[in-house]
Amino acid sequence: MPTFVYMTRCDGCGHCVDICPSDIMHIDPTYRRAYNIEPNMCWECYSCVKACPQNAIDVRGYADFAPLGHSVRVDRDERKGTIAWRIKFRDGTEKNFLSPITTKPWGTAIPKLADVPAPSKEMRDGQLLYNEPKYIRLDDGGLRTLEDAGLKLKKGVYY
Amino acid sequence: MAYDTIIEDGIDILVVGAGLGGTGAAWEARFWGQDKKIVIAEKANIDRSGAVAQGLYAINCYMGTRWGENNPEDHVRYARIDLMGLVREDLLFDMARHVDSTVHQFEEWGLPIMKNPETGHYLREGRWQIMIHGESYKPIVAEAAKKSADKVFNRICVTHLLMDESKPNRAAGAVGFNVRTGNYHVFKSKTVICGAGGASNIFKPRSTGEGAGRTWYAPWSSASAYGLMIDAGAKMTQMENRIVLARFKDGYGPVGAYFLHLKTYTQNGLGEEYESKWFPELQKMVGKEYLDPEASHLTHRPIPTCLRNHALISEVKAGRGPIHMVTMQAFQDPHLEEVGWENFLGMTVGQAVLWAATDVDPKNENPELTTSEPYVMGSHATCSGAWCSGPEDVSPSDYFWGYNRMTTVEGLFGAGDAVGGTPHAFSSGSFTEGRLAAKAACKYIDDGKAEGIVVSAAQIERRGKEIYKPLEHYRIYRNAVVAGSVNPHFINPQQGLDRLQKLMDEYCGGYTVGYMTNEKLLNICLKKLRIMEEDLENLAAQDIHELLRAWELKHRHRAAECVTQHTLYRKETRWPGYYYRGDAMKVDDANWHVLTVSRRDPETGGYTMEKAPCYHLVSDGE
Repeated sequence: MPTFVYMTRCDGCGHCVDICPSDIMHIDPTYRRAYNIEPNMCWECYSCVKACPQNAIDVRGYADFAPLGHSVRVDRDERKGTIAWRIKFRDGTEKNFLSPITTKPWGTAIPKLADVPAPSKEMRDGQLLYNEPKYIRLDDGGLRTLEDAGLKLKKGVYY
Repeated sequence: MAYDTIIEDGIDILVVGAGLGGTGAAWEARFWGQDKKIVIAEKANIDRSGAVAQGLYAINCYMGTRWGENNPEDHVRYARIDLMGLVREDLLFDMARHVDSTVHQFEEWGLPIMKNPETGHYLREGRWQIMIHGESYKPIVAEAAKKSADKVFNRICVTHLLMDESKPNRAAGAVGFNVRTGNYHVFKSKTVICGAGGASNIFKPRSTGEGAGRTWYAPWSSASAYGLMIDAGAKMTQMENRIVLARFKDGYGPVGAYFLHLKTYTQNGLGEEYESKWFPELQKMVGKEYLDPEASHLTHRPIPTCLRNHALISEVKAGRGPIHMVTMQAFQDPHLEEVGWENFLGMTVGQAVLWAATDVDPKNENPELTTSEPYVMGSHATCSGAWCSGPEDVSPSDYFWGYNRMTTVEGLFGAGDAVGGTPHAFSSGSFTEGRLAAKAACKYIDDGKAEGIVVSAAQIERRGKEIYKPLEHYRIYRNAVVAGSVNPHFINPQQGLDRLQKLMDEYCGGYTVGYMTNEKLLNICLKKLRIMEEDLENLAAQDIHELLRAWELKHRHRAAECVTQHTLYRKETRWPGYYYRGDAMKVDDANWHVLTVSRRDPETGGYTMEKAPCYHLVSDGE
């Protein structure tokens, strides 16, 4: 497949179509359900699986080398900031994992640089980037230079 | 065709491709250009696009200067030895001295970075890598880019850069089409920052059926960075430095955390250590300077990645495969077992799917390793890309033409895979390169260098016709036969991709020939690529999705041609384990301790090759 859609769960909302990095999740015009139009261009990145509000998308390992009878399910919860995985082996063994996806609520922690004070001419002429040197060493020092390191331009040119 | 033409005019900074490089560029551009119009054109959806779409479990480039762990010059030494001496040390030093600020910013934005409970420092996986819970890495940096950009155009496949008609060799924007609506998009811009992707799938992948998409590098990384820049006449460097990865077999699961953090190791099919057996003979080929296992042991100087590949490839050829990763010891520790699994779930889910499907539990069974097909890229442990200017305070004059990360085309900047000579940038380094390019692009505009840009309607119309030609070609010839995919007048994008992969594999050193090539094979390769270019004029696309694949193929073809030219020009085997020149097996420092640089003439299609000096700015001592 490798991603495939359970027809009875899909309501054709198109979240998977919106997110697929490979442009291969499309809506079938006859059945009005999503499907993978090009399995050999699917990376099993799970972007569509995570985005599906109906849990209608799943992955079946590539026929080239993966036998049937397994599953790797995922539940990504933005409100809780977690992602949960359930792996079922062909022989029935099950493994469960839970990881954080962010430490801050979405949309709150990243500033708008249009609103911060504009850089001075000195800053423009120097080598520092936004919020440096503070962010390089967190106020412990400035930008590293070759001189700091006791290094001189070494002309090791070979032809 | 009844598609609209949508023109976005008056752009100051156009970011093409919004992976880690492009998001870094868009974010930083707003600070230095608060009054500037910043626009992003992205092929997929910025929230999940680029190589980090499914996440990352480690940030592979972090100095830790704040904790006295490493300094930028240490990183230059490391990347230099790993690339057998040939890197752009100015660009590397510059990236390394800024990269920590990028990572500290990521943490503030909410990226969960693991901590060492004893020291309170970021938890290290290895000397340069720190461990993260990075499933949402891409959505986090996408939020930053979206907050900085004036407009984000998703689902635009950028096919060409626009060139200024008032001044030769100056970029003036880009054109492409929307893969959903089909509309023709024109972006007129004073500067362009190319953050597009490197090349997967230009060599035949190990799986060729349904599994063809389970490559190591994202299948949507379609060489656009190279296709766009080469066609615009930008000089390229190190394109022969294609990378081959040692990975878990079939799933391409990463091995870094396994080797470095879980302390797993490899053995051959007989259960023996094999790597060191191959080194004495290999040392005769590459010289003690690049392979000195004893010194490596004493100074922690790494053995170059390509040479370790050489040992794996040689052992398998000698009939002592398969190579196994010994995981059974580490996985008895439940914490390490969890790390091992989450490492995949956070960035290569396909490996977990494969192990579940084949009942391979690394706790009870040592999984197989293999080497991948070659990839061409500029941000992982390899450094293909454009020949770019370095920063003014570090770069020697041969490496400096005014604006950091500007290519040899004026107003065209690079980040991530687009920049040549900066290996081991990875995600954080690519984002940092984007930031550096953005600051330089703002300066370029403020210095008045982008004045008077002219893009004629004729140029826009010519490109538009070119873009939609595969749809037109299909329409004309579709009824030449009754049904099926065999048509005497055209090939479709999949057929073209199959041909490209086959010929690159067989003539340019893919996996089926043991990564081996020579001058004669490379000349045949060029001839076949030239004929293929004629056939690409007869490429047919039956819908907009196939048109996307058609342009991806054209970019891949252009990158493949450049790789072949470079491999032919460098008459030595500089990176055994990545590729071999059978007619020049030894590393030849007397003649080839140089960077190779190419330029394709956009008018004639002819290549000019030259050697560029390799300056060592950083001395050897630690």
